[in-house]
Amino acid sequence: MHRHLVLRVVVTLLLPPLLLFACYVQAHGDYSPGGGFQAGALLATALFLYGLLYGEAALNRALPPGLLRVGAAAGVALYLGVGLAGLAAGGNFLEYGVFSAEPVAGRHLGVALVELGVGITVCCVLTLLFQSFTVSAASPPPGAGRSEETGGGPRVNPENSL
Amino acid sequence: MTGLVVEFTLPVLLVVTALLVLWVRELPSAIILVSIFSLLCAALFFTLDAMDVALTEAVIGSGVSTVLLFRAPDLNRPPPPRKLRLPALGVSLAAVGLLLYGSAELPALGDAAAPVQAYLSPLYLEGSRSEFGIPNAVTAILAGYRGYDTLGELVVIFTAGIGVLALLGAARRPERP
Repeated sequence: MHRHLVLRVVVTLLLPPLLLFACYVQAHGDYSPGGGFQAGALLATALFLYGLLYGEAALNRALPPGLLRVGAAAGVALYLGVGLAGLAAGGNFLEYGVFSAEPVAGRHLGVALVELGVGITVCCVLTLLFQSFTVSAASPPPGAGRSEETGGGPRVNPENSL
Repeated sequence: MTGLVVEFTLPVLLVVTALLVLWVRELPSAIILVSIFSLLCAALFFTLDAMDVALTEAVIGSGVSTVLLFRAPDLNRPPPPRKLRLPALGVSLAAVGLLLYGSAELPALGDAAAPVQAYLSPLYLEGSRSEFGIPNAVTAILAGYRGYDTLGELVVIFTAGIGVLALLGAARRPERP
């Protein structure tokens, strides 16, 4: 951990703008490039960086897998809920125009909510993938030297020795 | 002029990178090259004014998938022997031939008379502002006009996540104290 001083400084400086940019892409996706999917992926990338640098344990403490699993389901549920709310308000499934007296404002609101659901699910699923791809808690960051040199490094899979 | 240079340089670089991916033997080098390939793709999408796709490609292609590939368990597997597999080469060349044959019939890039520009695109481009109040037509199409499709895609992502967790997460749990 203490070997990668440059990486640590760069990532620590990079993380806050990255998190902010992800939120911007989520919130501003109606007006500029981006949207829920891109925002979720950006947020997940920031979390990946955090996990790579500070270790999976820190990432798991900050965002427990159980919470992420709930989040992944909640995003889909939000999307479905918006669709069903349109149905309940007297429109069709996923018809957003009925959410407001102004159909245009209602549609805008519906799109924003749906994109939020997409963002939550994408971020949670990608971070869950990162956490399940953990090889070992002592695994070095990518590119930090191949474990051939260290002889039986943590990345060596039992299958390799066959 | 700059546009022309970029539009010719990027595809050439893409092909060179793709060949290098095939050429290098160590998996970490190949992963980095695939990441560069994605970044070049993102730049290409950017020159085609497809900002949303470029953003996605940059984040997913060169960010997320690179990290995930680097965490694959058998990264240090010794490279397989280099040998020419003639049936595989034949199938690949046939596929390339079919794609080139098919693309000959496609409308030219930016052709205003292409069928896709005839009625659907103007409808969406106009409607995203007047019906949704959303200037970014991509967002309006994905979340609004194609709401069903996006819901399906989201369920696919969710299901894929469940699948990976079922395969990797459950198998790993007993190792933890």
